[in-house]
Amino acid sequence: MAGKKLGFYVFFIPVFLWLFLLIVVPHIELFLMSLRTEDWVGNTSWSLANYKNFFSEPIYWLTFVRTAIYSILVTCITAIIAFPVAFFITKVANPRFSGFLAVLLLMPFWVSELVRVYGWMILLRESGVINHFLLQLGLISKSVEMLYNDISMVMVLVYTSMLFMVVPLLSVLESLDDSLIEAAYDLGASSWTILTKIILPHSKPGLTSGAIVVFMLTLGNYLTPNLIGGKSSLWFTEQIYTQFIASFNWNQGAAFGFLLLALSSLIIWIGLKLTRQNLTKVVQ
Amino acid sequence: MVVDLKVEKVSKVFGTFKAVDEVSFEVVSGNFFSILGPSGCGKTTLLRMIAGFLEPTEGQIYIRQKLVNGIPPNQRPVNLVFQNLALFPMMNVFENIAFGLKRRKVEKKVIEAKVKDILARVGLSGFEKKKINELSGGQKQRVAIARALVLEPSVLLLDEPLGALDLKLREQMKVELKKLQAEVGTTFVYITHDQSEALVMSDFVAVMNKGRFEQIDTPQNLYRSPKTAFVAKFVGDNNALEGEMLKKEGEMVLVSAYGHEFWVRAGSYRLGKKISVFIRPESFLLEPEENLSKVNRLKVKIKDILFDGANSKLLCLLPAGPEIMVALPQNKKFAHLKPGDDLNIGWFYEDSLAFS
Repeated sequence: MAGKKLGFYVFFIPVFLWLFLLIVVPHIELFLMSLRTEDWVGNTSWSLANYKNFFSEPIYWLTFVRTAIYSILVTCITAIIAFPVAFFITKVANPRFSGFLAVLLLMPFWVSELVRVYGWMILLRESGVINHFLLQLGLISKSVEMLYNDISMVMVLVYTSMLFMVVPLLSVLESLDDSLIEAAYDLGASSWTILTKIILPHSKPGLTSGAIVVFMLTLGNYLTPNLIGGKSSLWFTEQIYTQFIASFNWNQGAAFGFLLLALSSLIIWIGLKLTRQNLTKVVQ
Repeated sequence: MVVDLKVEKVSKVFGTFKAVDEVSFEVVSGNFFSILGPSGCGKTTLLRMIAGFLEPTEGQIYIRQKLVNGIPPNQRPVNLVFQNLALFPMMNVFENIAFGLKRRKVEKKVIEAKVKDILARVGLSGFEKKKINELSGGQKQRVAIARALVLEPSVLLLDEPLGALDLKLREQMKVELKKLQAEVGTTFVYITHDQSEALVMSDFVAVMNKGRFEQIDTPQNLYRSPKTAFVAKFVGDNNALEGEMLKKEGEMVLVSAYGHEFWVRAGSYRLGKKISVFIRPESFLLEPEENLSKVNRLKVKIKDILFDGANSKLLCLLPAGPEIMVALPQNKKFAHLKPGDDLNIGWFYEDSLAFS
């Protein structure tokens, strides 16, 4: 009995310390900070000014909305691209190669995100590889700047997120019995019906968990919007960064951090409600 | 006599392996036709060609006189009940059964009536709203059959659908399936490796081995007069004695085996020198009377008694020969037999068959 109790504490204490010291305590601290404001002499007092600023200053909440919309867009595009890829690996490709194909997908993740983003920059910039070839082929007469716009940013965000969507999809599609597809086909279903009535409903949990991960990673991404999106493409994480580092306004930054947390939670909650799922089932 | 399914010289080759080798047969409307064979004999390949999931390498398949080669499964008037049933777990019983009807754009009211009707047929009235994982094995079975039958296919194909059930339920489903088929009158093509399933349910059974049909016949004929050694061995229990042919007189052959000589019936016209003699356990007479004629006689030692109610058997040893299974009637007359006893057994010449 004592051994059992000891075992419980051995496993419980690290988890508890981890959650409490690294997540709960800093968040409480940040939350308190977000509710305080500093006047010009440096005296702090309780107020909701930081939150009020967010709503009164259009640049803040416009960036906020933009970030949310682009993150949803990136999640959708990633799902649309990842689904056929996962389907090909699990159902179409020769089973002998499916492991190899999965490793190919994983390979870009052996280098850091920074290196991958710089890789894209080498390809896309004005004097980059793509421009060079287009000029050589005579398709364009003058170099085009392909960096620092929203389309490139979304593209690279999708690329960075692909794996996190493909992996859960691989495992749900793996568990889909081929005979279900055959049975539907035998009962007169077209390919489209099989996709919408059999394959997609079956893949829903994997699709949802992939979408949650991709959405959160995109929403919280700093590097890609900063490097590829350039100055004209604002991302909400950049606002938080600016408040903490550039303006030294930690109270404002903390408030923004909490707003981002609330936003991601809200959107995921709405997403789960719309697809009639619950979180515990999805993360299983 | 309408022929619902006609298979003409159909072959299927995978690489260098001939899975199905020039198989031809016809199934008359309303018949229960079984294809019986050991695993790997090509019966599933044959069924998948009829369903349309595989294209034959050679040969033609006709369903109700219409050539169906090249027509995909979703446009063929046949439906398949899968080995693992393949019920859609994301749908309830009603949605599963209505799936095919909805694809045909049948009116909603008609669908509801048809589903209700077929559920009553398979004895599952009121199960519409149940989830698939709430059903027992036998109920799933019935839903799978109902899902295919509701489309009123010209031919219903069944791929060992009773394989996953436990023995007791399987026995029960066998009888139910036969009854259901007689009621609805749909042509059934049923594949199985279980000879008892095939014999109990079928009007005709085709025995398949290594991609070929060995014999197509009624269950009674398969059992009583198998045409090949494989059928004799595969359908029902049989004892095989190896021997040499000494002479042939009309239908009868004199065989020498393990120092004994027997008269047996020739199973096929052409017989070589080496011969297998097949005798069913229930063909043996225990302590046959001296005055019976045309009886082969043997003296054996009882090695063991395999008690199984009405199926009880004696395991006997022939001196210098193989073990022989002898049916043991459960009556007083033979209750005294015990392992180690000597026993006289015999059988009528007519009741044994010889193959090369």
